[in-house]
Amino acid sequence: MPDEKDDQQPLVQIGPGGKQGGGLFETLRLVFTLTLAGLLSGLLIVSAYELTLPRIEANQAAALRKAVFEVLPGTKQMQQLIWRDGHLVVAGPSQKAPQPGSSVYGGYDQAGKFVGYAIPAAGPGFQDTIQLIFGFNPARRRIVGMEVLESRETPGLGSRIADDPGFHSQFKDLAVEPKVVLVKGHGDKANDVDAITGATISSTAVVKIINKADATWLPKLPKAGQAPALVPSKGKEREIHPVKPPGGPVPGGNSGK
Amino acid sequence: MSSPTEPGQAYAEFVKGLWKENPTFVQVLGMCPALAVTNTAVNGLAMGVATLFVLLMSSILVSSLRRLIPKQVRISTYIVIIATFVTVADFALQAAAPAVHKELGAFVPLIVVNCIILGRQEAFASRNTVWLSAMDALGMGSGFTGALLLLGSLREILGKGSFFGISLFGPHFEPWVIMILPPGGFLMLGVLLLIFAWVKERRQHTSEQAREEAA
Amino acid sequence: MGQLVWIFVSALLINNFTFSYFLGLCPFFGVSSRLATAFRLGLANIFVMVITSLCASFLNEFILPHAPYLRLISFIVVIASTVQFVEMVIKKVSPGLFRALGIFLPLITTNCAILALALFQTSRSYGLLQGLVFAVGAGGGLTLALVLMAGIREEAELSDIPALMRGTAINMLIAGILSLAFMGFAGLFSGSA
Repeated sequence: MPDEKDDQQPLVQIGPGGKQGGGLFETLRLVFTLTLAGLLSGLLIVSAYELTLPRIEANQAAALRKAVFEVLPGTKQMQQLIWRDGHLVVAGPSQKAPQPGSSVYGGYDQAGKFVGYAIPAAGPGFQDTIQLIFGFNPARRRIVGMEVLESRETPGLGSRIADDPGFHSQFKDLAVEPKVVLVKGHGDKANDVDAITGATISSTAVVKIINKADATWLPKLPKAGQAPALVPSKGKEREIHPVKPPGGPVPGGNSGK
Repeated sequence: MSSPTEPGQAYAEFVKGLWKENPTFVQVLGMCPALAVTNTAVNGLAMGVATLFVLLMSSILVSSLRRLIPKQVRISTYIVIIATFVTVADFALQAAAPAVHKELGAFVPLIVVNCIILGRQEAFASRNTVWLSAMDALGMGSGFTGALLLLGSLREILGKGSFFGISLFGPHFEPWVIMILPPGGFLMLGVLLLIFAWVKERRQHTSEQAREEAA
Repeated sequence: MGQLVWIFVSALLINNFTFSYFLGLCPFFGVSSRLATAFRLGLANIFVMVITSLCASFLNEFILPHAPYLRLISFIVVIASTVQFVEMVIKKVSPGLFRALGIFLPLITTNCAILALALFQTSRSYGLLQGLVFAVGAGGGLTLALVLMAGIREEAELSDIPALMRGTAINMLIAGILSLAFMGFAGLFSGSA
């Protein structure tokens, strides 16, 4: 095969002239090739990035909106709220992506009236970390919804915390005082949650995560009626940073106007 | 040396990756993704296609540039080329199919260190024409995709009772959950390797017998 | 502190890189036939992982926020350089070990476990200390897997295995049973109130 013959010849054909010149030439050639490869690679990567970024951001924002709208029934709009200097403030356009655990989302209905907070939280489950988000209505001091965002629990057992409708329905009107309590079997109190049979530990983990998030956030949240108002989007896109930003800041989706 | 029959040879390079030199079952390469993302058929298929894309593009590029890449830095150059295409594939998947991308997780970037791709660059693409390298890449990539699809389908059927998300046995099927968990991956692949070794041996045996009888 | 312990034990046992995430399989099936070699390769892996974790933390903190699309390439370059460096050091310090490890030392570069470590560390937003603990735990988990496999294989060599199963098939099945055993670690931390 013609190519095998090529392989046996030296890659750098130096003329009868200089061995030393060959050495320098060789090094320059190496550097040049690697630099060229790097430049081309960079060009390709950046092009792909620019092309796909809008779509990726839209997907991430859509997924987040879906989760928030699920856990806060009646919500039609949302904005991100960050805890800074002792106050809950609306995330501005130039914010860096916040640390996990330092922000919540405010949900508002079509007219802009405040519905509740969507609080993301995470903690260890049976197998690995569980990430979830739950909706909280400060006026009634009740949890109004819960969604598991990510989990690696045992399929068919622990994984039911994510899709068991019976388990989820218990979070639609759950009291938080003094704290949420997991009950095996059937509980009667307003702050009881029945564990999923065969998934006690995963269910316990969910309750622990919620209680911890409550302990962190409930004292910080403004009193009922004093929630931050919906900042009008002024036709620009509202900043929404998804809970666990994988790469960097992600500008938010449509304001829905 | 007479020039090879291009169509015949190209076909041969393509076909070898499907069965005889199948990367997963024969060469036993690319184990990490083969086990990690084959818990469902669609995940296995997606990973196979993504790897095929990276392998094909890398082989074409490496083969086109094979006379320009100096020997001393060839591995680094291959890795840069492969990493570039993996990054592109990662973005494309994230934009086009976010649900699948989430399932595959970190294993899309891990295509970079899939021994199959680097191996083909070193063993084939750097020494052969673009057309043949492309055929080789297509064959190996398809063989790999086929293996992943097989593994993923079996694990999903046994472990979940579904195929590509379509429930096969109805709600009363008690799935063999271990199949979609890590141990199931190892065990299923072990069994498949065993079956392939057995089939190979039987073929050799019958062809040996045929030769003896002909003699 | 509790979180650091969880990260360490999770990486070492509960979500072992080899038995739970299917990482580091090339050396796992390739090197693990001699116990001494397996152990030393494991240690080399831990070292490379720790350095990679440090570099990844640094990159994630200062450089990559400006160019997130360069993450994969920069991680790979860091890993390749670290392995090259480790190779040089081992060659100088212990030529015997260098010879024993042979081809497997440069192959650490293509060990998916190292790159996965950097990627997981990034997606979980681990800080410097968490990343280090994660690296030691993950590397320890890899070493544990290598050593267990090597021990079993050394014994298995003396057993009467059918010819058809010898080689990768039986190793896969052994790995499957080990993986099953490691599943028993799930819930290790959840019992406590």
